[in-house]
Amino acid sequence: MSDTPTSTISDSATGTSDAGRGNFSLDIDRRTIKNAITGYVARLRSGEPGALPSVLGLIVLGLIFSQVSGRFLGRSNIGNLPGQGAYIAIMALGLVFVLLLGEIDLSAGTTGGICAGFAAQALTSHGLHKGIPGLLYWSLIGIMVAMLLLGLWLRTYVGSAIVLAGLIVVFAGLDKHVVFAMIFAIGIGSAVGILTGWLVAKINIPSFVVTLALFLAWQGVLLFALNGNPIGTNNYSFWYGLAHNNMSRAWSWVFTIVVVGGYILFTLVKSLRAQAKGLAADTIGLVLLRGGIIAAVAIVITALANENRNPNPNFKIEGLPWAATVPIALMIVCTIALTKTTWGRHLFATGGNAEAARRAGIDVMHIRVSAFVVCSSLAALGGLFLSSLTGGAQLDLGAGNILLFAVAAAVIGGTSLFGGRGKPRDAIIGALVIVIIPNGLGLRPSLPAQYQNVITGLVLLIAAAVDALSRRTSRTR
Amino acid sequence: MSQPILEIRRLNKSFGPVHVLHDVDFAVYPGQVTALVGDNGAGKSTLVKCIAGINTIDSGEILWEGKPVTIHDPRAAAALGIEFVYQDLALADNLDITQNMFLGREIRRFGFLADGEMERKARETLASLSVRTVSSVRQVVASLSGGQRQTVAIAKAVLWNSKVVFLDEPTAALGVAQTRQVLDLVRRLADQGLGVVLISHNMNDVMEVADRVAALYLGRVAAEVAAKDSNTTQIVELITSGRSGDIGLTRAAANVEGL
Repeated sequence: MSDTPTSTISDSATGTSDAGRGNFSLDIDRRTIKNAITGYVARLRSGEPGALPSVLGLIVLGLIFSQVSGRFLGRSNIGNLPGQGAYIAIMALGLVFVLLLGEIDLSAGTTGGICAGFAAQALTSHGLHKGIPGLLYWSLIGIMVAMLLLGLWLRTYVGSAIVLAGLIVVFAGLDKHVVFAMIFAIGIGSAVGILTGWLVAKINIPSFVVTLALFLAWQGVLLFALNGNPIGTNNYSFWYGLAHNNMSRAWSWVFTIVVVGGYILFTLVKSLRAQAKGLAADTIGLVLLRGGIIAAVAIVITALANENRNPNPNFKIEGLPWAATVPIALMIVCTIALTKTTWGRHLFATGGNAEAARRAGIDVMHIRVSAFVVCSSLAALGGLFLSSLTGGAQLDLGAGNILLFAVAAAVIGGTSLFGGRGKPRDAIIGALVIVIIPNGLGLRPSLPAQYQNVITGLVLLIAAAVDALSRRTSRTR
Repeated sequence: MSQPILEIRRLNKSFGPVHVLHDVDFAVYPGQVTALVGDNGAGKSTLVKCIAGINTIDSGEILWEGKPVTIHDPRAAAALGIEFVYQDLALADNLDITQNMFLGREIRRFGFLADGEMERKARETLASLSVRTVSSVRQVVASLSGGQRQTVAIAKAVLWNSKVVFLDEPTAALGVAQTRQVLDLVRRLADQGLGVVLISHNMNDVMEVADRVAALYLGRVAAEVAAKDSNTTQIVELITSGRSGDIGLTRAAANVEGL
C-alpha cells in the first residue's frame, strides 16, 4: 500500500473506480469533517439521496402549514403529532423488513385490527372465552397452537415463542389485565406472521396475493372478534395512554440521555477501535460534531417537551409522549437487528440477490418467514396504538387507508419497493411526513377535507419519483 | 509430478437412458491450472456438478488427497476445501465487498457482527492475491466493474482456505483489460499452491494460463495434454472431433459416439 491516499472520499462514495486508484487507498483514510461533507454531497449527486428528500419534504410541509395556521408550530400541536402518527411509524417499521425482501404485506393494517380487537374483547368481557362464542374461541386457540408448531418447523423460534407467550396469557386467565391482553394481541400478530410467511416462503404464493386475501379475511374476523359491536378502550388507562400519555419529566431526560449518550459512545468506540486497527474510520472531530448536533437537537426537544404545553390551565401536559419514545426505541432495536446481526445481514442479502444468498448457505426460507413475523408482530403493536388513538376497537379498525399510509411512510422515507434497500429510520421520518399533512390541514377548518388525500398522494408520488430518478442515476453511472 | 489433490477415476453418470459421462478420469494438481474444455453438451457441467455434490455419481471414485471420499451435497464439497465460482456471479449487489466475501460465514463477537475484523481479513485476502483495482473493501458491489466483481467472487472462494477452486467461464462477458486482470488472478491462485480448474470456451485464455488441458468429447475424456506441448489447433480438434493426430480417442470410439 505504497500509494499515497490522494483520492478524496467522494470517490469511494460514488463508488467509481479506475486504474489510477486502488490498493485500498481509501481503506486507510481518516474521514474528517470536510471529507464527510464532500462525501455526502457526492453521494447525493450519484443518486443516493438517503433521508434527505423526506427531511426536506418535512421542512417544506412544516413551512407551508406554519403559514396556514399559527397554531401549527405551537407546542400543543407538535406534542399531538406523535400520538397521531405512532401507529403509522410502528407498522412502517415492520413493513421495512418485508419491503427489504422485495415482498409486501398488505394485511398489516387489518392484522393490527384483529389483534387489537381480540385484546379489547378479552378486556371488556374479563377473559376472551367469556366474550366470544366457544367455537370461535377454540378456533383461535387451535390456529395459534398450529402456528406455534408451524413456526417451530420453519425454524422461526422467536415467532413461536411470542405465540406461546400469548397462549400462556390466555390459559392463565391473565387476559383481563390490560398489559397481558396486549401481549396476547402481539402473540396473535406473530401467529399471523408465521401463517403469512409460510404461505409466501414455503407454498410460494406471491406475497401480494396472500396478504391481499388476508387483508380481506381479517376484516371479517374483526367483526367476529367484536361480536359486531365496537368496544371502547378509553377506560383502560394504560391502553388510552399509549397514544395520549407522556413520560414523566425525569424519565424523559433519562430516555434522551440514554439514547443520545449511547449513540455517541457507540460511534466513539467504533472510531477509536477502527483507528487502532488501521481501518477506515471517522475522525474524533467528525464523531463529536455529529453526536453534538444530535445531542443539541434532542436536548432542545426534550426541554420543550418537558414544559407544560396544555393551553388549558387546569392540568398540565408535559414530558415526552410514549407515542414518540416507543417508536424511537423500536427503531433503535430494528436498526441493531438489521445492521449488527447475521440475521439482518442475511435479510439484506436475500433482498439483494436471493440466489446468491442461497449459494452462500443462507436459509432463505427462514429469513423470509421471520421477516413476516416481525412485520405482523409490529403490526399488532401498531394496531394497539391505533385503537388507543381512535378510542377503541371499531368495526373497521385497521382497514381503509391505514396500511397504505404505513407503506407510504416507508417509501417516502427512502425504502425501496424492489428490495435490498431501506432503513428503520426511513419509517419514522416517513411517518412524520404522512401524519403532518392531516394535522396541518386540520388546523384550517376552512380547507375542505378532500385536500388531505390529494396532498398525501402528491407527496408519495414525489417521493417515488425521487426514488426512481435516483435509481436511474446510480444505474447509468 | 506430485500427487493430485483431487482425482476422479472412471466416473460414470447417466440421466435415464442418456449416458452423459463415460469412465471419466480427471485430476487436479496443487499449484497448477487445469483447463476443462469441451463443446456444449460434452459433459463439463455434469462433471462439475458431480464433484460439487449436486449430482450423484453412478459409478467411479473421487479421491481427495489420495483417499476415497463421497460428496453428497455442496456443503460436503466446501468442507473438503473445494469451492466453485459460477458464471452468474453469486454476489448480492446491495452489499459491499466485505459483506459479500463473508456472506453466510460472518465473523461474530459477542453475538454481533465483527465488521472491523471482516474488513481487515477481506483486505488481506485481496492483497494476498495482489488485487489492486479496488479502492475500498467497503464499496458496494453494484458499483464494481465486471472484472472487479469476478475478482471478488474468486477472492470469496479462496478466503476459506480452499484447496481447489473451480472457475466456470470467469472471463465470459469481460473486456480485454478486465480479462487480463482475472487471468492474472487465476495464475496467482495456482502460484499460491491451489489447484485451479478453469472451465472455458476461450482457447486464448486456456493456452495462456493453463498448465494442463483436459478435453471432453461427448462424455469421454478425449485427451489430457500439457498446455506447453500443445497448441490451439490441436485442442480445437480434440474438442470438435475427439482426436487430433495420434492423440485422442480411437477413431472407432470417436465415430461411434459421433453417431
